Amino acid sequence: MKKEYPAEVQARFEAAVAKYPHKKAATLTCLWIAQETDGHVTLEAMEYIADLLEIPVTHIYAVVGFYSMYTTKPLGKYHIQVCHTLSCELMGAEGIIDHLKQRLGINVGETTPDGLFTLSGVECLASCGTAPMCQINRAYYENLTPEIVDQILDQLRKEATVHA
Amino acid sequence: MPELTTKILSNYFGVDKAWTYDFYVGHGGYETAKKVLSSMEPDAVTEEVKTSGLRGRGGAGFPTGLKWSFLAKPEGKPRYLCINADESEPGTFKDRQIMEWDPHMLIEGMIISSFALGVHTAFVYIRGEFHLPEVHLSQAVEECYAKGVLGKDVLGTGYALDIVVHRGAGAYICGEETALLESLEGKRGYPRLKPPFPAVEGLFGCPTIINNVESIANIPWILANGGEAYKGFGTEKSPGTRLYCVSGHVNRPGVYEAELGIPLMTLINEHAGGVRGGKKLKAVIPGGSSTPVLTPEQCADLTLCYEGVAAAGSMLGSGGVIVMDEDTDMVKVLVNLLRFYSHESCGQCSPCREGTGWLYKTMKNLLYGKGEAGELAKIEDIASNMENRTVCPLAAAATMPTRSYLKHFRLEFEAYLKQMELAGQR
Ligand SMILES: Cc1cc2nc3c(=O)[nH]c(=O)nc-3n(C[C@H](O)[C@H](O)[C@H](O)COP(=O)(O)O)c2cc1C
Ligand code: SF4
Ligand code: FES
Repeated sequence: MKKEYPAEVQARFEAAVAKYPHKKAATLTCLWIAQETDGHVTLEAMEYIADLLEIPVTHIYAVVGFYSMYTTKPLGKYHIQVCHTLSCELMGAEGIIDHLKQRLGINVGETTPDGLFTLSGVECLASCGTAPMCQINRAYYENLTPEIVDQILDQLRKEATVHA
Repeated sequence: MPELTTKILSNYFGVDKAWTYDFYVGHGGYETAKKVLSSMEPDAVTEEVKTSGLRGRGGAGFPTGLKWSFLAKPEGKPRYLCINADESEPGTFKDRQIMEWDPHMLIEGMIISSFALGVHTAFVYIRGEFHLPEVHLSQAVEECYAKGVLGKDVLGTGYALDIVVHRGAGAYICGEETALLESLEGKRGYPRLKPPFPAVEGLFGCPTIINNVESIANIPWILANGGEAYKGFGTEKSPGTRLYCVSGHVNRPGVYEAELGIPLMTLINEHAGGVRGGKKLKAVIPGGSSTPVLTPEQCADLTLCYEGVAAAGSMLGSGGVIVMDEDTDMVKVLVNLLRFYSHESCGQCSPCREGTGWLYKTMKNLLYGKGEAGELAKIEDIASNMENRTVCPLAAAATMPTRSYLKHFRLEFEAYLKQMELAGQR
């Protein structure tokens, strides 16, 4: 079935197309809108964007596969992405990842059974001066220690129950 | 105590509301753009930038004014300016500060640069992970449209300019200028073969200039004070200041603006507070993870300018200074970097796709005691087979550092081999 988006989301797609001299250039921006709306990039969304931009859907598949931030699988409510590149590693990223694994009871690349947290290791996020660090959804958390990680997890769990 | 910093770019870093239009205009913002657009010829602007000697801050250090003078100007084709805000070179975190704290400085730089180049649509390619920098920059762009600083009649001068903020989606390679163009066109970030160079055939097949955020943030100051004044800072071959990013084992990591040509050890010991815990220095990466590593002996008299770092066999690169203390395991460091490059290879050329993977695997095996005798020679062999055979410099960004670790810290790599041999005999 053809995907339909609410009017305000449709308007965002149209504004994205209008920003560029050529429709195809809006591919990345449209994928962002789809992912933000649906939580991940769905097959229907890719077909919708291909139609909108008048390009083959295989082009969209290739783009989604290329960029590390697009996901075709649902993630936890909070996506914890710990930077494990050099400056962060020098400052203890490994210990932070181990601590998170233990506290969440999952491995890197997994989601907790309650669907709250997904844990990932990512490459340098340009926050090397405040290492070790992680990004949770869009926010940066810097100068991490195991204690700070615990506080963040508690805070997010609380936030999740309030919103539930 | 002497003034530790000379400030052109970082005057308002850390100042509340510095990212707003009101703050910027309240501190003289957009006066220079107005003056330039209403009283100068475009080519005269390029000349002033040439006079300043400004060199690109994205990595390669190419003179900005000279690059601009290569822009083709065929009839009937638009020209584009793309600002490289991908900031993905490990150890680099300065462009982010500009966009977070002073995005209007970048916009004013873009207005003046676009005018010089005859550009009416300019893009900022910002890495997908950046949130606060994107929010502040996008808000600043919106404010500019509302105040008549962007749009059909820039600052009442009749010049038309649109700025589009384009968000990437996670790929180091999109910092390479031609991959950036592909990505802006809505494709995978596969670097293009050069020539044609972007200045002739770039975005959407049109002449395009690509510059780093920090490069363009210097432009308002240069046009306000003159290219000669800019040359008053830095060295003869490396004029101006830089935003040095210091990370790793130091007491005060962070971004420090200082003149080009300051001694590396002054940056580390005075600006960044010295090596953490009173430990001894073991190694320094001077310009982002793709630049060859230096030993303490090499660092002792090193001055941070393009020619100074080149003389020591490395590169000033992106200004990302990564400091390592005496307890650092250099084999582990190299494994970490090689994982990065094998992960980030776009996969288009086999020497890079396969080579970065082999380098990573071989080094990892060494680290975990699974390697074989002759491993180090194999590494050098793989590296030679990767160099000068690829579309873009990512392959070299992996092999150059690799060679430097093997050269300067050979004994450590050999110790791992030895350990492995001993374990094998048991
Ligand atoms: C693999 C690779 C990654 C790069 N990443 C960046 C980057 O993140 N930001 C940047 O400004 N330049 C980056 N560059 C350099 C750009 O290709 C280009 O030289 C630069 O943006 C030009 O701007 P400038 O002359 O103002 O320095 C990268 C180059 C390579 C080969
Ligand atoms: S050298 Fe590597 S990153 Fe560059 S184009 Fe080839 S495969 Fe892609
Ligand atoms: S190395 Fe972790 S943010 Fe740069």
